[in-house]
This record gives sequence, structure tokens and C-alpha cells, in this order.
Amino acid sequence: MVAVVDLSFDIQPQSCFGLLGPNGAGKTTTLRMLLGQSPRSGGVLEVFGQDINHGRRAIRQRTGVVPQADNLDPDFTVRENLAMYGSYFRLDPKVMDERIPTLLDMVELAPRANDRISTLSGGMKRRLTLARALVNDPQLLVLDEPTTGLDPQARHMIWSLIHQMKRSGKTILLTTHYMEEAERLCDDVIVIDEGSLLAKGSPSELIETFCESTVLEIRGDVKEIRIQSLPANWRTEEAGESLYIYADDSQALEDFSKELIGMFCLHRRAMLEDVFLRLTGRALRG
Amino acid sequence: MNILTPPRPGLECLAVWRRNALVWRRVMTTSLLFHFAEPLLYLLGIGYGLGRFVGELDGMPYFTFLASGFIAWSAMNVASMESMWSVYTRMVPQQTYEGILATPTKVDDIVFGELLWCGTKSLMSGTAILAVAALLGVVSNWDALLVVPVVFLTGVCFAAPGLIVTAYATSYDHFSFYLTLVMTPMFILCGVFYPVASLPDTAQFFVQLLPLTHAVEIIRPIVVGQPITDLGFHLAALSGFGLVTTWIATALFRRRLIK
Repeated sequence: MVAVVDLSFDIQPQSCFGLLGPNGAGKTTTLRMLLGQSPRSGGVLEVFGQDINHGRRAIRQRTGVVPQADNLDPDFTVRENLAMYGSYFRLDPKVMDERIPTLLDMVELAPRANDRISTLSGGMKRRLTLARALVNDPQLLVLDEPTTGLDPQARHMIWSLIHQMKRSGKTILLTTHYMEEAERLCDDVIVIDEGSLLAKGSPSELIETFCESTVLEIRGDVKEIRIQSLPANWRTEEAGESLYIYADDSQALEDFSKELIGMFCLHRRAMLEDVFLRLTGRALRG
Repeated sequence: MNILTPPRPGLECLAVWRRNALVWRRVMTTSLLFHFAEPLLYLLGIGYGLGRFVGELDGMPYFTFLASGFIAWSAMNVASMESMWSVYTRMVPQQTYEGILATPTKVDDIVFGELLWCGTKSLMSGTAILAVAALLGVVSNWDALLVVPVVFLTGVCFAAPGLIVTAYATSYDHFSFYLTLVMTPMFILCGVFYPVASLPDTAQFFVQLLPLTHAVEIIRPIVVGQPITDLGFHLAALSGFGLVTTWIATALFRRRLIK
């Protein structure tokens, strides 16, 4: 099965790079190929300037990974999970003894150091997985949907940790389904679908290029609105009970919304999510 | 790297071995109890019960014959169980290998770490049976301790085919085929309960193709303190089987884990 077809991108050192796409777009496969965990049939793939086929070991030594599904070791405690992971990097146990308490403090799990994995909440497991990805003090941090399924508190904490990582000079590669997350964290993003590149740039560049600056979301009896009579440079999109009107003229959109009686209106600036939906469509994915 | 490239394990395989050893340490008491209790039950039940009728076999009391056969069988059994049920648990429900593979530790290291660990478990079980046999007074020479490395080797050689089965497994049910079709026949036919020489000639030829036969042929004389006949041949047969199955297991694990 082919998962990634036509994709090329560069990641600047010490930046946060977002890999965005709907389910099945090829995000996870791209990350797995990058780590040599999925086979590839062709193309060039270099990390730290080294071909992944030849420098796999050296690359992994300098990379930390937070996978999409938690795979913490249920046979060990929180602290042991970090120590054990360090041993797979063949790190000096003395270095680990110093590093582990710092990491546990950082992800606020020090009080749970001796607890088994099964007693942790979903958010704690994610935090521990993030700490685990840092045991080898990596230069590149790969995060596959780091906040999926987390409550807002946990999500904000992960975000602040990612910011902290970025400030400390690490390069971050992340995939996410949350466009708000990508806008907050990423310097550059690419949008992919069906294994191919659709767009690349900073979140603001993408909004500027692919979307009008403001959006009016209308919910209610939207069939009443005569779309044909709207200005030609307004773009509309219907989705069930909702109508989205995209335009650059914010004032005109605001005035128009006041004429709509008995309907819910939300007038807001365009966001990365609007770009994403425009590029990948509103159809549901498998 | 092609999936058929010869296995290239690094020192990281010791980290995988150590992981399993540390997990085992938690259940050590129960595990050791089973290692002692099970052979004790078998030896007392079958050895005394059947031994009364058999008397001597191949110049030794039946009890001794059986105890030495059990050491070989248990090396196979313990390594097979570990390489199937436990490895599957780490590979599928726990996703332990998925986590490990994001580090410099490779598939080959996982395969070799598991082989070494299975060999270690066989070693513990074989030593326990030897200790039980010594306590019961059926083994009395210190040279019998030379059997320990052979038991380790036997465990490793039987862990490799277990890993092959696991590499294809989609559920635990899968393993009962191997248990019934491969392990049980060897348990019965390979000289654990009676000398292979007492089988019909044709059957003897086929039994020579089964690796447990060679393990028994090396282990029994060492335990009893008799000279080993055709040591080189039996060692070559056992290790050759182990090497080929290790290569296949490594190839299959690469295919299964790099997807």
C-alpha cells in the first residue's frame, strides 16, 4: 500500500514544524519513515544532513519521539520507565540518575515516580511519554499528535512544555489535528493529503494565501439566504445547517450579519482551520 | 537493509535482556517455586510410579533417566513458552517493541535480547530440576553442572522457532498449533521417557531430524556422568537448527516490526 507519494520539505533547525493533514493523509507514515520504522520505496530522506539508511543509529541517538499511541512499559514504574528507556540508548546510568529527577519535575510527575503506569491518567501518560522522549537530550523532537484526547489543562501544559523545548534550542516536528495548536506552536507547516503536499508556509502566510481575511459563520435557516445576490468576491460554503461566508471586506460582512434576523452569526478572523478545510475539503475521512 | 541480511545484533540486545530480567525479578518467588514444584511433581509421580515397573534403563535407574530427559525437555518448553506467549505480549498488547524501536536499539537487538532471555529462563528451570534430582539423590556427580551451558544453548535454539511462530501470530490461539503439532510430538518421541533406540528403525531416522533428540543425547550423559557419544554431531545438529531458525526469525521480525 502506498501512503506517501509526492512530498518534499525542509525543516529549519530550532524551529517548530507542523505536519498537517486529515486522517490517512500520510502523516504518521512520514514520521515513521523518518525514523526508519516504515520502509520506503524511493526518494531522499535526510535527517541532520545524513541519509537515514546510513546514519540511522546516529540519527536516533539525537532524536526523541512521542508516538501517537502510548507505549509506556506497563511492567515498570514511572521512574523505571525513564531509566529503562535510557538503557536502550546505552546512556550512562550516572547521567540518567541526574537527568531523571529533572525530567520528572519538568512534567510534574515527581510525586508519582514510584507508581505503576496503569495508575496514571491519560494526561499523565502523555507527560511521561514526553519526558521519556527527552531522556537522550535530543536535538530533534518528533511529536505525533501529542495532545489528542487530552483535557484543556493537560493540553496547555503540553503546549508550554513544547514552547520550553523550542526555547532550549530543540527542533520540533509535530503532527496534529488541532489547527489552533498548529497556529500557536508552529513556525512553519505543511498540509498534506493522500500522501502529497498541498501547501507549505507559516500559518499566517497560508491564511493570507489560501483564505479571505474574515469569515462569517451563520447557523439556522440558512436556505433563506439568497447566495446568488451576495457580492461576487464573497466565497460561500454550505455545511449542513451552517453557511460560511469568506470575504476580505470585514465591514461589509459585519453589516450583512446585522440584516440576518433570528439566525446565529459569528464574525471572526480567518484561521488555519479554514485554510485546512479549504485545501482538504469537508468530506469525512475513514 | 534487506530483511534477509544476516542478523547484526549490537550490545543493545543486553538492554532488552536486562529489561526482561528486571520484570522477572518482581515475580521471582512465584516463578522459582514453579520451576521447583513442577519437576518435583513429575519426577515423583512418574519417576517413582513408573520406575517401580521399569527398574533400570540404559544402565541407570529409571528415575535418573527421566530426570535427565526432563532437563532437556524443560529447556525446550520454557524457552518456547517465553518466545511465544511472553514475546507476543510485549509485541502486541504492550507495544513494548514499538517504543524500543524509536531508540538506537534495532529489531535484531530485540530478537537477540529475547533469545538470550529465553535461554536464561531455560537455564534457571534446568538448574532447578538438577537441584531437585540431586536432593532426591538420583544425581550425585558435580560434573553434572556442566549441563548448565548446554541447557542455555538448548533454550536459545528452541526460542528461535518460537519467535518464528510469534512473528506470524495474530492471537494467542495461534500458539496451540505449534504446541500440539511440534512440541508434544518431541516431548513424546525424542527420548525423554525411553531410549530412541527402542523405536522402529524408520521412526528412529525421523526422530533424528527433531532437535530435541540431540539435546537429550548431550544432556543425559552429562547429568548421569557417562561419556557422550557423537558429541560433535549432536552439538552441530542442535546449533545448526538454532542458527537457521534464528536467521529466519530475525527476517520475519524485521518484516513484522518495520511496517
